[in-house]
Amino acid sequence: MRQQHIEQNNARPLSAVRSGEKVRLAGIEAGRDLHSRLMAMGLVPNTEITVVSNKHPGPFVIMVKNSRMVLGRGMAHKIMVSACDHEKNNSRLSGQS
Amino acid sequence: MKKITVALAGNPNCGKTTIFNLLTGARQHVGNYPGVTVEKKEGLCKYADHEMTVVDLPGTYSLTAFSVEELVARNFILQEQPDVVVDIVDASGVERNLYLATQLIEMNVPLVLAFNMSDLAEQKGLLFDIEQLSRLLEAKIIPMVGNKGRGRKELLDAIVERAAQGKSGRTHQVGYGEEIEHELAMIEQVLVREEPELAAKYGARWVAGKLLEQDDELTLRVQSRDVLGAVTASITHLKGIFADKPEAVMADRRYGFISGACQETIRTTVESRHSYSDMIDAVVTNPTLGVPIFLMLMYLVFFLTFKVGTYPMGWLEWFFEWAGQAITGLWPAGSESWLQSLLVDGVIGGVGGVIVFLPNILLLFLAIALLEDTGYMARAAFIMDRVMHKIGLHGKSFIPMLVGFGCSVPAIMATRILENRRNRLTTIMVIPLMSCGARLTIYALIIPAFFSESWHGPMMWLIYLIGIVLAIICIKVLRLTVLRGETVPFVMELPPYRMPTLRSISIHMWQRGWMYLRKAGTIILAISIVLWIASSFPKPPGESLRNLSPQQAQQKRLEYSVIGRFGRVIEPAIRPLGFDWKIGTALIGATAAKEVFVSQLAIVYAVGSEDEGTTTLRRRLRGTYTPLTGFCIMLFCLIYAPCVATIAMTRQETNSWGWASFQFLGMTVLAYVLTLFVYQVGNRIAG
Repeated sequence: MRQQHIEQNNARPLSAVRSGEKVRLAGIEAGRDLHSRLMAMGLVPNTEITVVSNKHPGPFVIMVKNSRMVLGRGMAHKIMVSACDHEKNNSRLSGQS
Repeated sequence: MKKITVALAGNPNCGKTTIFNLLTGARQHVGNYPGVTVEKKEGLCKYADHEMTVVDLPGTYSLTAFSVEELVARNFILQEQPDVVVDIVDASGVERNLYLATQLIEMNVPLVLAFNMSDLAEQKGLLFDIEQLSRLLEAKIIPMVGNKGRGRKELLDAIVERAAQGKSGRTHQVGYGEEIEHELAMIEQVLVREEPELAAKYGARWVAGKLLEQDDELTLRVQSRDVLGAVTASITHLKGIFADKPEAVMADRRYGFISGACQETIRTTVESRHSYSDMIDAVVTNPTLGVPIFLMLMYLVFFLTFKVGTYPMGWLEWFFEWAGQAITGLWPAGSESWLQSLLVDGVIGGVGGVIVFLPNILLLFLAIALLEDTGYMARAAFIMDRVMHKIGLHGKSFIPMLVGFGCSVPAIMATRILENRRNRLTTIMVIPLMSCGARLTIYALIIPAFFSESWHGPMMWLIYLIGIVLAIICIKVLRLTVLRGETVPFVMELPPYRMPTLRSISIHMWQRGWMYLRKAGTIILAISIVLWIASSFPKPPGESLRNLSPQQAQQKRLEYSVIGRFGRVIEPAIRPLGFDWKIGTALIGATAAKEVFVSQLAIVYAVGSEDEGTTTLRRRLRGTYTPLTGFCIMLFCLIYAPCVATIAMTRQETNSWGWASFQFLGMTVLAYVLTLFVYQVGNRIAG
């Protein structure tokens, strides 16, 4: 069921994204508590996420809304992302309206 | 002089403390919010015929009811109704930072925005149309550079101006889109009708919004079934439309509001790729270099706190010794009275016992301030998180626990670096299991007395290890019982590296030092005096001391005192641990400070406490007890009742005698059960 969902939306966990890649947040699989905390830190659907560093052993660092965040690997598995449409890449300050 | 209250809100790492220091200088008061282990800082600022009480709210990303810190910040704003709320915004990450501002806007507070670190934003190439943005957000925006002191006057002017305007309605709100607005309006209607008090107090729209977000605290305060029914219906309806929880959609809309406001008012001129922060991070969070660099820095912290700290500690000890002798000199030889003993051993000894920690605390907080202000602390937390997370704590807990090997008192104070209350309490509770410097003197007495040369190292290692293992077990148990709760997966902001300022570091040190003296110091002093009384009274009749050597007289006096008698009373209880009343007496005396165990034991064995005395004492111990008892003494001393300074510190930091007694009793019971087990099993095997 979940597998199917992922294939349909071409979504993958953030942990699978390589360093330097830009992606868009599709959803977070977490409890209310954590979910709300992540949203307050800028991780809302459709936000652009730049993976700054994803080296295996090493920190998982992302850039969200101009601030740098470090995540645990477990956390990075729970964040689902989809590919970022490249035309929009240059628009500043998260292109969502 | 007009009195006003100003609350400072802001995200963690936005430079809030710097602005707070800039406004109030050293006139600060640090304490806790009533009933919770969340730090509350308050300061005074006089400006333009206004006396401002500035309150530094906990650093938060939003104002939900999910964490104590956010709830504390929210309740302060709701209950105390500050005249002005200043939201400190990190201008270089303005979008994320404004999320908190949207929630303050929703609460309809008199708002002023301080765009801190605007120099950094400039370097990043961000250009603000301050006028326009301020019109859109309906709040004055003051660009500031907190660590350089820029913008102070402008901010103060804006605060005074905003306070004069009083409460005023806003022309536009954060809009949530048609569907949600419709539901909000419906809930508002029911609210005004059914819960008029709640609606009037906090504003119907805000309460309705929070109910839609299923905010635990507000939902509990609603009594009317009609309101709750309406909310449930709305949530179900909205879930159907958005296929997501209303709270997620609302968060999304808040960001929408922000990016709408920012799109027209913020321009990016250059795209900076690699900042110096990235370059430093490439080294300090490097998989191979990160841990060694961290350990080296921790060694420096430890070295600074406890090695450099021994010098001023030595001077203080020397001073108190001198003061003691000077006072003793006031009495002619042979006419020593109880008053002299009270002054010298009770008061001066007690005050000395308090002040002696001060250099450690000041130096430790110098180190911590440096780690925090430069931005390294976030990296350190991250580096240690993999290990600490496994045992159920935050990466940052490593630092106080490490400091605990020097002394529990500054270590407990150092838990202030932990934002999460549960993590902080858990860490405080287990810190005494880290063998501190004072307990080292006990091990140093016992180990050579019972074990051969080749066993000295392994024994010492074993006793430290037992402490660490017990701490891990206790953390696990605490997290499963009294401090239960979801361990928050690791997500943390990495603030850019910054140059710390002398001003903020010195304020930080001064604050901690003063707080220690005023709060914990008084409790330590009081308990020390009580313990002194217990060890000196009642006095044996004068004739019984005749013909005794000074050591024997001292022994006699201790046996006769409350502590000596108590030592005998508890003998039946500690006999199964292999202890007699002499050890019991020393154990009770050692609650004043663990190293007192050695001197008390020297007294009950009527030997001096000098070098020669220690050798004699070791011989006496070897003659009286088995190595198993020796080991049990160390084990018991490691775990049982933390010293009075630790208890006082726990009381102060947790703001509750409950936690302090829990620590005291819990540790003592644990020590008893474990030592009992070791002694009985060991005896069976040996016998």
